Amino acid sequence: MSSVAAPTARSEARTARRERTRLLLRSPSFIIGAAVILFWVATALLGSRITPYDPVFDQTPDLSQAPSGDHWFGTDRLGRDVFSRVLAGSRDILIVAPLATLLAMIFGTTLGLITGYFRGVADDTISRIIDAVLAIPLIVMAVTVVAALGSRSTWAVTVVIAIVFAPIVARTVRAAVLGEAQLDYVEAARLRGERAPYVMFSEVLPNVMPPILVEATIRLGYAIFAVASLTFIGFGLQPPSADWAVQLTDNYNFMAEQWWTVAFPALAIASLVVALNLVSDSFQQVFER
Amino acid sequence: MSTVDATTPALELRDLEVAYKVRGRDRPVLRGVSFTVGRGESYGLVGESGCGKSTAALAIVRYLPRNGSIPSGSVTVAGQDALALSGAELREFHARTVSMVYQNPGSALNPSLRIGSQVAEAFTVLGVGKSEAEDRARDALARVQIADPGSVMTRYSHQLSGGMQQRVVIAMALSKDPSLLILDEPTTGLDATVEAEVLDLVAQLQVELNTSVLFISHNLGVISKMCARVGILYAGRLVEEGPVETVLRDPRHPYTVGLLRCVPRGGLRKDHGRLDTIPGFLPSLGADLPGCVFADRCALADDRCQVEEPSLESVGVGHESRCWHHDRAQELPRVEAENVDLPPIDRAAEPLVRIDGLTKVFKQRGHDVNALTEVTAAIWPGETLGLVGESGSGKTTLARTLLGIVAATSGTAALDGRQLPPTYQKRSQEDLRSLQIVFQNPDSALNRRHSVQRILLRTMKKLAGVGGDDARKRVLDLASSVKLTERTLTQKPAQLSGGLKQRVAIARAFAGDPKLVVCDEPTSALDVSVQAAILNLLVELQAEQQVSYLFISHDLGVVRYISDRIAVLYLGRLMELGPADVVFDGPHHPYTEALLSAVPTIDGGGRHRIKLEGDIPSAANPPSGCVFHTRCPRRIGAICDETEPPLVQVEENHLMRCHIPLEELRTMQAAGPPPVSAAPAS
Amino acid sequence: MIVFALGQLLPGNVGRAVLGNFATEEAVAAYNHAHGTDRSVVVQYVDWLRGAVQGDLGTSFVSDTPVWDQLGPALVNSLKLALFAFVLVVPFGILGGVFAGLRVGRPTDRAITVVGLSLAVVPELVTGLLFILIFSIWLGWLPVTAQTDPGAGIFTQVEYLALPAMALAIVLFGYIMRITRAGVVEALDADYTRTAYLKGLPHKTVIRRHVLRNALMPTIAVIATQVGYLVGGLVVIEYLFNYRGIGALVLNAAVQKDFSLLTAGVIVVGIVYLLVTLVADILFGLLNPRIRYQVGE
Repeated sequence: MSSVAAPTARSEARTARRERTRLLLRSPSFIIGAAVILFWVATALLGSRITPYDPVFDQTPDLSQAPSGDHWFGTDRLGRDVFSRVLAGSRDILIVAPLATLLAMIFGTTLGLITGYFRGVADDTISRIIDAVLAIPLIVMAVTVVAALGSRSTWAVTVVIAIVFAPIVARTVRAAVLGEAQLDYVEAARLRGERAPYVMFSEVLPNVMPPILVEATIRLGYAIFAVASLTFIGFGLQPPSADWAVQLTDNYNFMAEQWWTVAFPALAIASLVVALNLVSDSFQQVFER
Repeated sequence: MSTVDATTPALELRDLEVAYKVRGRDRPVLRGVSFTVGRGESYGLVGESGCGKSTAALAIVRYLPRNGSIPSGSVTVAGQDALALSGAELREFHARTVSMVYQNPGSALNPSLRIGSQVAEAFTVLGVGKSEAEDRARDALARVQIADPGSVMTRYSHQLSGGMQQRVVIAMALSKDPSLLILDEPTTGLDATVEAEVLDLVAQLQVELNTSVLFISHNLGVISKMCARVGILYAGRLVEEGPVETVLRDPRHPYTVGLLRCVPRGGLRKDHGRLDTIPGFLPSLGADLPGCVFADRCALADDRCQVEEPSLESVGVGHESRCWHHDRAQELPRVEAENVDLPPIDRAAEPLVRIDGLTKVFKQRGHDVNALTEVTAAIWPGETLGLVGESGSGKTTLARTLLGIVAATSGTAALDGRQLPPTYQKRSQEDLRSLQIVFQNPDSALNRRHSVQRILLRTMKKLAGVGGDDARKRVLDLASSVKLTERTLTQKPAQLSGGLKQRVAIARAFAGDPKLVVCDEPTSALDVSVQAAILNLLVELQAEQQVSYLFISHDLGVVRYISDRIAVLYLGRLMELGPADVVFDGPHHPYTEALLSAVPTIDGGGRHRIKLEGDIPSAANPPSGCVFHTRCPRRIGAICDETEPPLVQVEENHLMRCHIPLEELRTMQAAGPPPVSAAPAS
Repeated sequence: MIVFALGQLLPGNVGRAVLGNFATEEAVAAYNHAHGTDRSVVVQYVDWLRGAVQGDLGTSFVSDTPVWDQLGPALVNSLKLALFAFVLVVPFGILGGVFAGLRVGRPTDRAITVVGLSLAVVPELVTGLLFILIFSIWLGWLPVTAQTDPGAGIFTQVEYLALPAMALAIVLFGYIMRITRAGVVEALDADYTRTAYLKGLPHKTVIRRHVLRNALMPTIAVIATQVGYLVGGLVVIEYLFNYRGIGALVLNAAVQKDFSLLTAGVIVVGIVYLLVTLVADILFGLLNPRIRYQVGE
């Protein structure tokens, strides 16, 4: 049955968009999530300028102090103020994770487009390889690749995460492309002599953007997850960086006596990740109506 | 419980109002609808998209979606107030009193339960024991004429054909001998012959069980065949109501008049007795409509109509209309001219397209599917070749092979005398612009993210090779030739209605001045009034540009209206090819005969239904000899089983593939339908 | 079949990595020669395969003992932990998903969804740490490490494994719940559910026979694949809890550049995952009548 015309179709679309934005702004999950994210982004940008003590170098004589008036989050073994370190610790994660996600999305989307559009031999081989790679859990894969690369710099971590995530992105994009490429307008484009790259990027890609964007936000969350985990087991960022996961590595063994050196960075990680999730969830809620 | 006697109507709706909450606001979908379905009566509810007919059904069975509400009105089923029921009473209501059968039987059945189990459920809910429920389930399946119910009961829904699935659903619905049976588009999507069988079954059961039926459909032909009374619904209002023949013969509401003029029926052709259209657009669901709901689109409307809503007035025995000008309704001025001059087709010239022995075999998991076998035909410039056939006939495959979307296994296609490469990738740009297609589904035919202008400009650039300002100007011309406004050009497909989208698709096909356009069910997804406008547009374009059409449709009325010649396909083989009226009026191929008898038309009477035994055979395993012999009611003997008849010219411009000589067919068919026993068991 | 074809590719990747690394470290050349790792990748690979088929997965570079001696018990350990976490999370995850799905849009659903997903996204390392802090250090209920001595009784093992299993379960809960919920929502909207209601069936019967049956089918397949993930993905948890599982083993191998052990470990993990996926596919095919009966079509 046909859908019905609305002489005011265009303005209806605009009102719909405005209504959605309004709903978004009213949703508690969005507000909380966005607030937390903005907070951490701000601290990442401002860095040591707003911390009461320098997070890396300020080693006060008060070693291993429990939280107090002077040091809200206490100090660690080397006398560094935990609060300052927590505030400053967002920077590295917020650089590495989004960058890695971006790389993974670009690479993965292209792969997904190619395999989903062309099918046939190319699709079969590449998909097989992707399946093989995905058979190995992320961390193991990441660890292996890092070991093989030999270097543990921030750059390496970023690239490794991008490499490990790209296949997952490719798979999701491929699934979306498969469904889309069957639609008649794609055939119509081919029937007027369009070449494959044009059809893939100008016709199909715009229509699979929504699931791609959703995937991107999910990947970002997992990227943070991955950076933290990798750093924790020693394969990522290194001390004396104030990065949260580094703090966890540093102080993990002394957890029993100095819970504050571990609890606060851990909660910081949790808060960022949960906030991201809240925001993406609120997006889904609003756009699903 | 109120007393129910023989005079209590099965269904009584009084001033029913239903609203849906969309984005925070309540929108009216049904605006005070009242009608009655008497005991043992069949009542048809007709309307196009957005009129609210399905909503009425859902309201009656109390299954409105979460955002639906009933602000006022009453629904009484067999004396019971349906709206007051809840909990256990409501379940009793569903279990015993009312049944519903709706579109798409495949999804109505639970895919992970066996058929027997599901059907038995309908009985266990009445308090019957398990084994008795199974027995009764078996009886119910037998009653809907399913052979071997025992084996069907052990199967899952995906193992049954569409017709079979619908029978199962009907069996479940009628198992409890309900006071009211509601059917909501039960045969849309089924093949013509299957549809006819299902409708026959419903009619028969209705007589046997004296069930009262509410039949909802957009198809006036089906309603006229199945129902005694009809109600026309527009924008949530009942605008006309009365006995079926009276309303169809003597419509008293401008909408009914307009609607009837939109339906292609016998005698109407694209140049004589053209389809008329209804100006304007169908109102969106829940729109605000002061005064008469139809006033915006009615040529007879005056100031009073815009402001004051008319009440239902009696215009005859049991016949009511909601119009201030019901006495003048039939004088509704036509929008389109009654007759138009179409340039004649020059058959002496070379045909535009020649198809010779086109064959396509698909390889599927071990066995071969013979989608097309040795199809030969020609299409002349400016002519419309209609292509009819049921599922598995190969009509879609033929179109796709011609366009080069799939490569033929053997045989050739030639354009302007030049043989075409089998796939479009190898064809020249010139060829590509000459052969274009309009797809069935307007929603998927256009890129949702591109504006109309972008779609047309790009197509023009690729097909016609023009760019820049020249292209922009030509796009404007193109848009006006398909009656699109400049405003529409800036919009994206998601903002357009189905009819508008299809116009854009047509414009796109015509961007390169094609010589032949394949129309693959271009109006099947559209409402009747919109369909008429699109068909007229296609005819106009053909008159202006001498373009040919390969017109595929399952709707025989539409095909007859628009086609110059018609090709009938069955199981990948061309069974008949000839001028439209010859193929329709006869003498014609036995399959064509059966197909035509299956189609319910508004004109009703005249044709007796020819029942075809069994299902359409699988294309992977076609029958030997004449592929139709397993179901042919006019099979003459062993020759039909063993030898495939060749496609021969039986008279001027008329080809047929049948062992029976033309003259014999003529006498046979003039005498009437074949006796039932003529068809062998397959 | 597919499993082994894919298995062929796995060492290929690592093999390249091996060669890449060694190309930059000439000092280790002599060492390599002794271990035969400077031969071409193909030769190494064939050699390895030959050994693997015979049950010999190579010798660890570092400890010079057969690789399998270390991998074997580690694998068993990981499986134990995985199973425990699995048993914990699957019932809750499915229940949570069903409840959320049945009450879509309403507070219960939003609560379960948001909480579940939020917890799922938090890295297990964080949850693990927090759990240790809360349950071991503050409350002293459960031990910090997970590794028990060999021969410890079943109950001790459970006690020790409780924390890591819970941490894992939290992460998985969100995922399983989301899939189940989606399945339930889809089934609720389906036409056959409408048919069931309109037959007059009581609500509970409709949910049980019609909705859940169809909703849980895809869920089960997905859940089964999660087990595969569990086995190898426990690296962080195992490291955190000092558990000698296969994840920790692989990690150590990577740190110590013990490529023989590393390769073998990675391959074993991959094979386990593929095997589990295969079982899941078979299970799905058995449960889904559409696939089961396609042969006759």
